Amino acid sequence: MAALTREESAALIAEVLEIYPEKAKKDRAKHLMINDTSLETSKKCITSNRKSLPGVMTMRGCAYAGSKGVVWGPIKDIISISHGPVGCGQYARAGRRNYYVGTTGVDAFCELNITSDFQERDIVFGGDKKLAKLIEEIEILFPLNKGISVQSECPIGLIGDDIEAVSKKAAAQIGKPVIPVRCEGFRGVSQSLGHHIANDSVRDWILSNRDGQAFETTPYDVAILGDYNIGGDAWASRILLEEMGLRVVAQWSGDGTLAEMENTPKVKLNLLHCYRSMNYISRHMEEKYGIPWMEYNFFGPTKIKESLRKIASFFDDKIKEGAERVIEKYTPMMDAVIAKYKPRLEGKKVMLYVGGLRPRHVVGAYEDLGMEVVGTGYEFAHNDDYDRTIKEMGDATLIYDDVTGYEFEEFVKACKPDLIGSGIKEKYVFHKMGIPFRQLHSWDYSGPYHGCDGFAIFAKDMDLTLNNPCWNMMKAPWDKAPVEAEQKAA
Amino acid sequence: MANIMIRQNAAGGLVFYLPKRDLEAAIESIEFDTADKWGGVLMLENGGSYYVDPIAKPARLPISVRAKRLGAAED
Repeated sequence: MAALTREESAALIAEVLEIYPEKAKKDRAKHLMINDTSLETSKKCITSNRKSLPGVMTMRGCAYAGSKGVVWGPIKDIISISHGPVGCGQYARAGRRNYYVGTTGVDAFCELNITSDFQERDIVFGGDKKLAKLIEEIEILFPLNKGISVQSECPIGLIGDDIEAVSKKAAAQIGKPVIPVRCEGFRGVSQSLGHHIANDSVRDWILSNRDGQAFETTPYDVAILGDYNIGGDAWASRILLEEMGLRVVAQWSGDGTLAEMENTPKVKLNLLHCYRSMNYISRHMEEKYGIPWMEYNFFGPTKIKESLRKIASFFDDKIKEGAERVIEKYTPMMDAVIAKYKPRLEGKKVMLYVGGLRPRHVVGAYEDLGMEVVGTGYEFAHNDDYDRTIKEMGDATLIYDDVTGYEFEEFVKACKPDLIGSGIKEKYVFHKMGIPFRQLHSWDYSGPYHGCDGFAIFAKDMDLTLNNPCWNMMKAPWDKAPVEAEQKAA
Repeated sequence: MANIMIRQNAAGGLVFYLPKRDLEAAIESIEFDTADKWGGVLMLENGGSYYVDPIAKPARLPISVRAKRLGAAED
């Protein structure tokens, strides 16, 4: 049962769009839909991956954010240089809480901001010399790095620096891979293109490095793709996979290393968690190396069970038994979590607006807790994401693409959800509106949320947020005083 | 002309993928599907159609090929 009926949702969308000028209204109407679970494709109902309108508040990022922040950043033994002015690197530094094992500054470098700090002089005369010098200095300061990636910021593309030539020369000099990534922020309409560019650069510069080299394989080798180890997510996933008898060769890219990525073409199956940011490389490996890939979902017991069985179906009986054993082992724990939190959360309504996979992946976890997702949307999804979302969401629920600040607030006012899951830019707006909110990009300083261990934390966090007594104190004392006074008098 | 990738889905059907636009669609029909001639006009489930120069049937899918757009379904 959705919060609104189909007619009410349609009326709401029409009402919200009313404020826009004619042209903007026409454009925004294409990005909003009412879910119809009978549909196979989203093509006719929703337009996605289009440029945001000037003048509206969008929550999107840029191609640099997609490449440096999402894909390249979490690789712990590669130093990603933010090549350009200092700000992009500094404000994107360690914000996603990609956990890793290692000593920062010695053999792991995710949390450092290493930048060429462009000045006016570099814009005028070009920054190639500075980049070459920077790479030299990195080699002296951080000799244990395994490789360097050059993440271009906007000015690099604008002034036409030849980072490929510098990288090639530097790579020969230091004897390590130096990877130029052309992820200037102005490319594309959102961070989504950054993911694609990052995938392409991994494909071109890293993936085939160890082709033909001996590697001791087992029939149960898999790689985790598209898990960025936010708050330890990938570790929580890895436990389950290893317990069922699989060998995880590589983690892309949370807590991942260059060597892991180079060994990935030797695995038997690629497990894809974030479809949006890593499907490109999976498709490439399927074509070049014949490695099948599958999407899985480790949010909430229902989806975990489904995914474990689906993963096991690619392997022999030993793994299938392993999957059943893992499910049996964790079911009592998960049931206990549900028994504890479901009574406190049942029937609550949730609205989501997040990035690449969560708007559809966490729906199962909320449903396991008896909650209902009444609206969902993506910042930067493409139509293939919406195809997958339609089936996960209830009938007549709202789906919004690249929602604007105004639209989101209006939808929330009308749907009156009990909880909102979105990003930091939305968090305080909704706090001020008196609505419980979880920041679902990096789990609001909590996590992990993946896997069985993660589900317990997920349920606890949702309960702590939703049933926090502070939400009853949103009214100023003088506003509610008369009611209490009357009660006292009576 | 665009680079496309044709792969097989779990059900055994062919899937069309256009990386540049992240467009994924099932292929409803392929004009030639014999061992020595494979390709031709691809009709997609979303209403679009593409032309691929016929080649010998690839031993393994997925395969990347050049395709010409005949009818536009996207945009």
